[in-house]
Amino acid sequence: MVSNFPLLSLIIWMPVLVGLALVFADTHLKSSTSKLIALVASLLTFALSVPLYFDFDNSTHAMQFVENIPWIEVFNINYHLGIDGIAMPLILLTTFTTVLVVLAAWDSITDRQSQYLGAFLILNGLMVAVFSAQDAMLFYVFWEAMLIPMFMIIGIWGGPNRIYATVKFFLYTFLGSVFMLVAFLYLYSKGGSFDIQTLHDMPLSMAAQKWIFVAFFLAFAVKIPMFPVHTWLPDAHVEAPTGGSVILAAIMLKMGGYGFLRFSMPITPDASQEFASIMIVLSLIAIVYIGFVALAQGDMKKLIAYSSISHMGFVTLGMFMIYKIIANTSSTDGAVMAMEGSMVQMISHGFISGGMFLCVGVLYDRMHSRQIKDYGGVVNTMPAFAAFMMLFAMANAGLPGTSGFVGEFLIILTAFKASFWIAFFAAMTLILGAAYTLWMYKRVVFGEVTNDEVAKLQDINGREKLILASLAFFVLLFGLWPAPIFEVMHPTIENLIQHITQSKLN
Amino acid sequence: MINYAYIIVLAPLVAAIMAGLFGKKIGRTGSHWITVLGVAISFALSLLVYMGIVWGDEEPLNTNLYTWLSSGGINFHVGFLLDELSTTMMVIVTFVSLMVHIYTIGYMQDDPGYQRFFSYISLFTFSMLMLVMSNNFMQLFFGWEAVGLVSYLLIGFWFKKDTAIFANLKAFLVNRVGDFGFLLGIAAVLMYFNSMDYAEVFQQAPAMADRTINIWADKQWSLMTVICILLFIGAMGKSAQAPLHVWLPDSMEGPTPISALIHAATMVTAGIFMVARMSPLFELSETALSFVLLIGAFTAFFMGLLGLVQTDIKRVVAYSTLSQLGYMTVALGVSAYSAAIFHLGTHAFFKALLFLAAGSVIIGMHHEQDMRKMGGLRKYMPITWITSLIGSLALIGFPGLAGFFSKDAIIEAVHHSDRYGADIAYWAVLSGVFITALYSFRLIFMVFHGKERMDEHTRAHLKESPSVVTMPLILLAIPSVLVGAIFIEPMLFSDYFGSSILVFPENNSLKEMGEHFHGWFEMIKHGVTQLPFILAMLGVVVAWVGYIGFPKAPGNLASILRPIHWVLTKKYGFDQFNQIFFAGGARALGSLFSNIGDRLMIDGMMVNGSAKFVGFISGVIRHIQSGYLYHYAFAMILGLLALLGIFVHGF
Repeated sequence: MVSNFPLLSLIIWMPVLVGLALVFADTHLKSSTSKLIALVASLLTFALSVPLYFDFDNSTHAMQFVENIPWIEVFNINYHLGIDGIAMPLILLTTFTTVLVVLAAWDSITDRQSQYLGAFLILNGLMVAVFSAQDAMLFYVFWEAMLIPMFMIIGIWGGPNRIYATVKFFLYTFLGSVFMLVAFLYLYSKGGSFDIQTLHDMPLSMAAQKWIFVAFFLAFAVKIPMFPVHTWLPDAHVEAPTGGSVILAAIMLKMGGYGFLRFSMPITPDASQEFASIMIVLSLIAIVYIGFVALAQGDMKKLIAYSSISHMGFVTLGMFMIYKIIANTSSTDGAVMAMEGSMVQMISHGFISGGMFLCVGVLYDRMHSRQIKDYGGVVNTMPAFAAFMMLFAMANAGLPGTSGFVGEFLIILTAFKASFWIAFFAAMTLILGAAYTLWMYKRVVFGEVTNDEVAKLQDINGREKLILASLAFFVLLFGLWPAPIFEVMHPTIENLIQHITQSKLN
Repeated sequence: MINYAYIIVLAPLVAAIMAGLFGKKIGRTGSHWITVLGVAISFALSLLVYMGIVWGDEEPLNTNLYTWLSSGGINFHVGFLLDELSTTMMVIVTFVSLMVHIYTIGYMQDDPGYQRFFSYISLFTFSMLMLVMSNNFMQLFFGWEAVGLVSYLLIGFWFKKDTAIFANLKAFLVNRVGDFGFLLGIAAVLMYFNSMDYAEVFQQAPAMADRTINIWADKQWSLMTVICILLFIGAMGKSAQAPLHVWLPDSMEGPTPISALIHAATMVTAGIFMVARMSPLFELSETALSFVLLIGAFTAFFMGLLGLVQTDIKRVVAYSTLSQLGYMTVALGVSAYSAAIFHLGTHAFFKALLFLAAGSVIIGMHHEQDMRKMGGLRKYMPITWITSLIGSLALIGFPGLAGFFSKDAIIEAVHHSDRYGADIAYWAVLSGVFITALYSFRLIFMVFHGKERMDEHTRAHLKESPSVVTMPLILLAIPSVLVGAIFIEPMLFSDYFGSSILVFPENNSLKEMGEHFHGWFEMIKHGVTQLPFILAMLGVVVAWVGYIGFPKAPGNLASILRPIHWVLTKKYGFDQFNQIFFAGGARALGSLFSNIGDRLMIDGMMVNGSAKFVGFISGVIRHIQSGYLYHYAFAMILGLLALLGIFVHGF
């Protein structure tokens, strides 16, 4: 591969352009043609992103596949792209998930299908851009731009209450990001640069750090989402079409976690440490309180949405308890393990929540209901589906051998180094996660056939099998052999821990 | 030898995948052949490895297969430790599994889920082998949860039955409560030992003996006590010790072969195995061992009592299993780890036998499990009757049979232990002998003897089960008779376990018994004069009186002792309490959080509230925009005056 080949740009703009074409073509294209174009484009994007893994240099924390050209020179804004061990796995997850989403839309979306698929392709490119932007202003532009296709997806192809959900989603995420923009502008006024690496190295007073931390927090905590700014997510999921839910859960939530790692912690390390206790408490509330809330849901999508919030609690817990771990063990080993646990939890949740939402989508396509009480005994008519959903449910409950176990395991192990009680509350997910997931599974899948609708169900077809099997493959692969994910992250995470444990004061 | 280890583990896994994914293609016969073959290979190689290590001169083997992940300076491996303890377990697991595989061919022959069943039990065998062969805590936990998963799948095998899918969810969740403690225990190990490998941890353990940690307020706890109790909570879940025993009786909703394999012989003994494996840690905490002892004693005695009032044939055997697991736990509690494993082994044979025999009865009775509708079956099912009798005699500790040696060893060990709680435990296990004999022979008499209480149709079709069913019964009856006499001397009074089990000399409660031991035959001769034998015989006699001699007596007794009988039929209220307090409480809390917390407080007040607030403010402000010019003019003048005032005042 030629070293200065703009691979990242190609991965970003190719799907965006194809997507735009599909959006404008609208009904001028036959449905089968637009599906084919979208599938080829998403497969090509995924294929292009594979070299990011194979040509990735595991021995350095430095940015790779870098592209850097001036964009708005007056304000020193650059079109600066690059990836490290944090961004690369998330980008692969994005391009992979998009292929599945395109496949999932095959029969279930009939209204303006071309535009629907176009929106996902555009989204694909923009999300990759978010993960690879190395200039804060560029990041902000992609971050906001990415919301537009998502609003469209929920607002046009969503359920009956989609307007409320879209407005709530928009207000929440937009309000949060505005504060992030203010923080970027402030940082620019201090250092004259939007370059993220420069911002990492910029000394800041405690007071400034605290304000910036809060501003970032509003953007990222909403996105991931953390308690108590999480209530937009269940509403958005319930109204979103299946593909929207999958992208939302599998990729968009991770941008919150990515933001904490890329901005909050390295730019405001002292404030992060200062606020760590609050972040830990909020994370534990997410794990325990949201676990109980999930138990009470009668709508499958809501239940999985709450389950996502609970799982994201582990991500923020793993990140912010590192200060306590370092203080207790006077070593950064535990911190590295916790942080890598957070990362792997994010990646694994992409596969598992994607699988769960696709399973609900499969049922919804057939029955047009998300309510648990409308189901019962699905296994009698859809045995292959039941087997896949069992795997994803078990992964969601963190069963060893599935990828869902790895992150939770590492974070609970290291939580003990922070405090017995943090580990205690975090480990409650073992019981709660199993309770809400398997209780739902029992009511939906097991038992006698409860009504005529269920009796008429058709088992998953070849296309659906392919989608679920490819997710199942990764859930099992990274459950049985997670080492490859860790190998690409080590230098980046170790460097990050080094960086954020150094004070920026004075 | 390490290649054997890989094959031992992989053969059942491959068979499970074949039967599970390609069951339709390879058909019913193909499925049972491939899984039986897989387990047979495992068994043969396990035996080979076992002979080499325990009876030959092969050195124990500790080796890593691959690095699962490495992070923060810790390497998590998948690897195997083949030593005296693990190879003994491997032989027990694969032998019982093989018997159950063969038996299943007959028992499940009409079931539409035939291939799926074989796939599950082979997957179970794989998981259980991963558990016992592990050389580190991570893989132990993997096997631990994997057997839990298969148990969940198998209890709910007949997924149309409401009771079955209730029972499997319950089993999984109660086990998760145990795993909650177990995982915290592993976390504590990682924190203080900085390793997940047994060898490394056990080597460092003595240095940690006096370490204390602070959990609550300023009270200092011994580190080893905390770790051991947390790990043991995991064992309480898996090995069904009170109060986490509640899932095991309900697990009888699953097909009978798995009750024998998973819920009697192997999986439920994983907790016992785990504590024995962790003996280098448990030896360092007297407090934890006393805790283990008391929990075991409680379970052994009180769960046995429940067996007396059950009418479902499988549930009697299930409560018997709980009680016997209690015996093993008691043995662990007095540091007689080898006696616990010895009893685990003998129990695996005779209890698997009893379950499979119960299954044979159930086939004969056309899936009737109520003992009140049986009676006199010995005429129709002679092989089942004889083998059940052998199993029961072994269970009650009839001199010469397997259970006699292992149970006596436990009673003796408790008797000679001076650990806190040993005196109570002694009375519990001793009176347990009477109870065991009573419920066991109550079953024998109700099922095989006395009046035939079944309906005419069932009686007309009663016949002995086919040979695929009776052959495993016979093959299990043989070790149920023999293994006690053969193994007592090497296992308890020699260096059988080598370095795989650690007992401090001052804790060695078997020492006294060893000094008086002069071979198994002497032990039998001595045994018939001792209290346990007399109690057992008394139990048999009482059972005869109650269920053959004077069949009205139990009913009368129950009405005289109505309160006690009521408590026993309610199973001490554990189920009701859990159902109301934990299950109901969690759901109520969930609804409360969801409705009050999320919907009312956050969404209602903060989110929509702020939206309403903005709406309200703009509503108020809107009134100011009246559109009348003089209003605006007036406002301007007021503003100007205010500004002027500030300026004038300011300067």
